[in-house]
Amino acid sequence: MSVEQTTSSNEPAPVAAFDDPHLQPYAKNPRRAELVIGLCLFAGLLGFAAYGATYWVGGQTQLEGVFFGVGLFGFGFGLSAWGKYLLPQGPFSEERHTFASSEAEVEAMSSAVTQRGTMMFRRRGFLGGLLGAGAAVMGVVLAFPLLRSLGPQPGKSLDTTDWKSGMRLVDVNGRPLHASDLEVGGSLTVFPEGFVGSAVDQTMLLRAASADIVTRPGRETWGPQGYLAYSKLCTHAGCPVGLYQELTQQLLCPCHQSLFDVLQGGQQVFGPAPRPLPQLPLEIDSQGWIRAQRGFSEPVGPGFWERS
Amino acid sequence: MSVTSGVAGNGKKTAKRVDPVDAGVRWLDDRLGLAKGGRVFLDKIFPDHWSFLLGEIALYSFVILIATGVFLSLYYNPSAAEVVYHGAYVPLRGVKMSVAYASSVDLSFAVRSGLVIRQMHHWAADVFIGSIAVHMCRIFFTGAYRKPRELNWIIGVTLLTLAIVNGFLGYSLPDDLVSGTGIRLAFSFMLSIPLVGSYLGFFVFGGNYPGNGDILPRFFIMHVLLLPLIILGLITVHLGLLVRQKHTQFPGHGRTEHNVVGSPMYPTFIAKTTGFLFMVSGALWALGGLAQVNPIWQFGPYEPYKISYAVQPDWYMGWLDGALRIMPSWEFVGFGHTIPFEVFLPTILFPGITFTLFYVWPFIEAKLTGDRAEHNLLDRPRDKPRRTAFGAGALAFYFTLFCASSTDVLANFFQISLNSVLWFFRFSVVIIPIVVALVTYQMCLELSGVAGAGKRKRANVVTRSAEGEYDITKTEQRPGDGPSELAPTPVPTFIELGEEPEPVGAADGSGIRRIARRI
Repeated sequence: MSVEQTTSSNEPAPVAAFDDPHLQPYAKNPRRAELVIGLCLFAGLLGFAAYGATYWVGGQTQLEGVFFGVGLFGFGFGLSAWGKYLLPQGPFSEERHTFASSEAEVEAMSSAVTQRGTMMFRRRGFLGGLLGAGAAVMGVVLAFPLLRSLGPQPGKSLDTTDWKSGMRLVDVNGRPLHASDLEVGGSLTVFPEGFVGSAVDQTMLLRAASADIVTRPGRETWGPQGYLAYSKLCTHAGCPVGLYQELTQQLLCPCHQSLFDVLQGGQQVFGPAPRPLPQLPLEIDSQGWIRAQRGFSEPVGPGFWERS
Repeated sequence: MSVTSGVAGNGKKTAKRVDPVDAGVRWLDDRLGLAKGGRVFLDKIFPDHWSFLLGEIALYSFVILIATGVFLSLYYNPSAAEVVYHGAYVPLRGVKMSVAYASSVDLSFAVRSGLVIRQMHHWAADVFIGSIAVHMCRIFFTGAYRKPRELNWIIGVTLLTLAIVNGFLGYSLPDDLVSGTGIRLAFSFMLSIPLVGSYLGFFVFGGNYPGNGDILPRFFIMHVLLLPLIILGLITVHLGLLVRQKHTQFPGHGRTEHNVVGSPMYPTFIAKTTGFLFMVSGALWALGGLAQVNPIWQFGPYEPYKISYAVQPDWYMGWLDGALRIMPSWEFVGFGHTIPFEVFLPTILFPGITFTLFYVWPFIEAKLTGDRAEHNLLDRPRDKPRRTAFGAGALAFYFTLFCASSTDVLANFFQISLNSVLWFFRFSVVIIPIVVALVTYQMCLELSGVAGAGKRKRANVVTRSAEGEYDITKTEQRPGDGPSELAPTPVPTFIELGEEPEPVGAADGSGIRRIARRI
């Protein structure tokens, strides 16, 4: 092949001989390559057919995976081997040139941009300012439908829950809880009556002893008959603090392993949580129903900017 | 073969009868003028190196993602409305759940091949992001991002970011217990942003968590429309720039800064790469059928108050989860405000800094080395010890964080206290990267001092002549030892198709230095 001679656009391109070594397959034994490729493609065909049959008779996940996988793999190996062993391997080359244009061209382009731009705005600063101001207003008002419409403003809603004074505690099925419901060491997820399943109201009720428990000074009446209630939202990232370890009297968050001591007012003892779990003050009424004395005295869950 | 006879032969052929391909080319060329550019495209040279397949894996996984994703979208329903399940999966019958979860379970069990395709989609997402990451390592360690390819590096980093976000959105959609926990965490991450966090969370979720059932339809449309469209557009530009700027190549026989050496697009590369597309699909299909992934029916439907042990995100989120776990509880409270740094730092600031660093890396390196020249030949990593050491250290850092996302599982498995595991990771996330970087640096220096490192060794044959003189000769190079010793040539336009010549190596002395060995 005569590669050195350069051809202008008018001159026809040179013709390469078929026995040019660049055009030769890589395989030392093309017959064997053909056989292997043929077998691969045939295996692929069988795989596809077998998948079709499997689907037809009702389907089976593993067989579907194997058969179609074999079909695709057979085709893949066959085609790749065809390309690798039976097609020209070269080495072929392609020239490459630097991208940078000549200095004159660059200068022409750059001055075209600046000078035409200057021409547009020259002595029309007022119109330009108006255009800029209008675009800025458009950008701001576009945020109304694109952003503001998406949801309500947070307001104070992150600070409060649905727990109110005197509300009964109910379990996940909405059944009110009685002082005799939990053995010592037992625990349960509870909600305020009427708010079953609510994400912000979820609370862990546990019975750590049979007698009244004071977890902190100032919380003398919060743990009647050994019942304690803590917000179930981890103060770290908001996962449910779901694991009550009775032996150590701790609550564990399975997401990032924060540990809270239930006898010390939900104090965090390990892990990334920055604050104790908020405690819900409980009372037991004359008929034995467990009630909330009042709601949580601080926002539940993870931290946020407006939280003071 | 003379030029004139070849053209005459070619002309004779077209005159005799109308060749349909020739007619088609002429029809298109009359209307679009594609002949010249089209042939240049067919002649495009692809360098032959295994590491160039990594980006192809990413591309083909994306093709599979689109194909399987369209299938899934025919059956999936993002509604949060509550239903009692009466579908194909018996153990969940009678359980209250969202329509989204029910449709995800049913497309796995009631639709034939549905489970294979759902699992294939999940595997393809994992492989997509994994291959992007490894492809990026290849680009980094060989310096392929240097001038003139900084733009494509930036597009690539954007693609990685979008792929990770879309992966998160995707595995959130089934509304099972694990994915619901992930969405809850995402809300907390948004809340942690100073000043705007609670507004952002409320706007995205349509209210305080869990919102009014808006979040799944929103995630759905972002996952199936918005992000795939952007990803598709960026991939197009990524490949367009690749064609415009041409491939980089490793230095070697006949390869210079001013050429590309390899196989032509048509037919060699097309055959090989189509085969590779089939192989990637075959691997993903087999994984989809054989390797269970994300068995949502075992987790049960999401309820905000339920949680499971060993909750972990998909692998590409592991580094963030690990950072979140080992971060100390440094909440800032003051001036009537709270900045939850224990969440904000690892989940918002840290990835922000990470990706910013990725974006500006080519410019930082150009500044540090003062090298602003165009580079088309790749570096061997050992020849750039400082860059390689920095990259290896960074990889070690992110891998340690990834391991830290399984503190609880490790503590359980090795029966050691969670406290020890946590403190181990807090120290090792600093120490391990430094050690890895230093060791890598030294290894690069050692390697670059060794002649012929990385090449297959060839035996020396020692002969003694009759006079008693010793002579040492190297044995002949074996096939595959190195690049062919032929000089690279442009792809020929016309080929005289005559008799099939003897296969390479069969005839001796044909100027081809590949040795056929019969064993």
